Amino acid sequence: MDAKRKNDTATKNQTTVERKSDRELLITRMFNGPARIVFDAWTKAELVARWWAPKSRGVSVVSCNADVRVGGRWRYVLRHSGTEEIAFSGEYLEVKPHTRLAYTSIFEAFPDSPSTVAVTFEERDGKTLLVAHETYSSKEALDAAIATGMEGGMRETMDQLDELVASLL
Amino acid sequence: MFETFAALGEPNRFRIVEFLRAGPRPVNEIGDRLQLNQPQVSKHLRVLKEVGLVDVQPRAQQRLYELRAQPLRELHDWLERYRQLWDERFDELDELIEELKEKEKEKEKEKSDGRKKKK
Repeated sequence: MDAKRKNDTATKNQTTVERKSDRELLITRMFNGPARIVFDAWTKAELVARWWAPKSRGVSVVSCNADVRVGGRWRYVLRHSGTEEIAFSGEYLEVKPHTRLAYTSIFEAFPDSPSTVAVTFEERDGKTLLVAHETYSSKEALDAAIATGMEGGMRETMDQLDELVASLL
Repeated sequence: MFETFAALGEPNRFRIVEFLRAGPRPVNEIGDRLQLNQPQVSKHLRVLKEVGLVDVQPRAQQRLYELRAQPLRELHDWLERYRQLWDERFDELDELIEELKEKEKEKEKEKSDGRKKKK
């Protein structure tokens, strides 16, 4: 069992985050388990509580609630460094068990900029490819896009920026 | 973050930022090099200054514009930090998935053991 775990770590699946546009991000990751298990871990509140907090940043889960059906609501509360509470919540827009899920997500400190997240679970040979497509609609994001009309140029800007920053480091 | 993006989304402003990598420069030199007139350059520099991408240093009779790298680094780092956040979550999720797989196996085993016992 220990040896197996070590082996899993050695061949760790890569997490990628890709900017699709100025308001869209794609998070992609393969998991070594069937879609029904990955889906459960992603949606069942008591399971979400086990992995959602980034522990290395001094964050822990205070509570997780999720009513996983279209129109149902979810709310996750985290605590930062033992004091400050941070809450995220939203509503389920689409629920197709083990294949697809869509929901709104609001960082309650900034209730005016909700985002929507569409998650797909694609099982192949006992493994599951998870793709989370986040679309932001924050005022800042929109303002920036409108002010410059740069929707098409965003990727190019990011590429140029990568080079620029590399030359500065 | 988004202000920095908006500021860099304008091609001439991006060219100014690139040009300033070489070091602090006065307005007229920026204009000459990039073939922009002075009011244009001043306007762009004002926007860049507002988002903290450039700073002004008075030197003798001149005002020199200098690149500040910090907002650029922040912008660049942001996606990577976000990726690391998810990567950390997913490592935990990996462990949970292993545990759930084990549980499923045990259940299957119990079921088949149960069936055997009934026989």
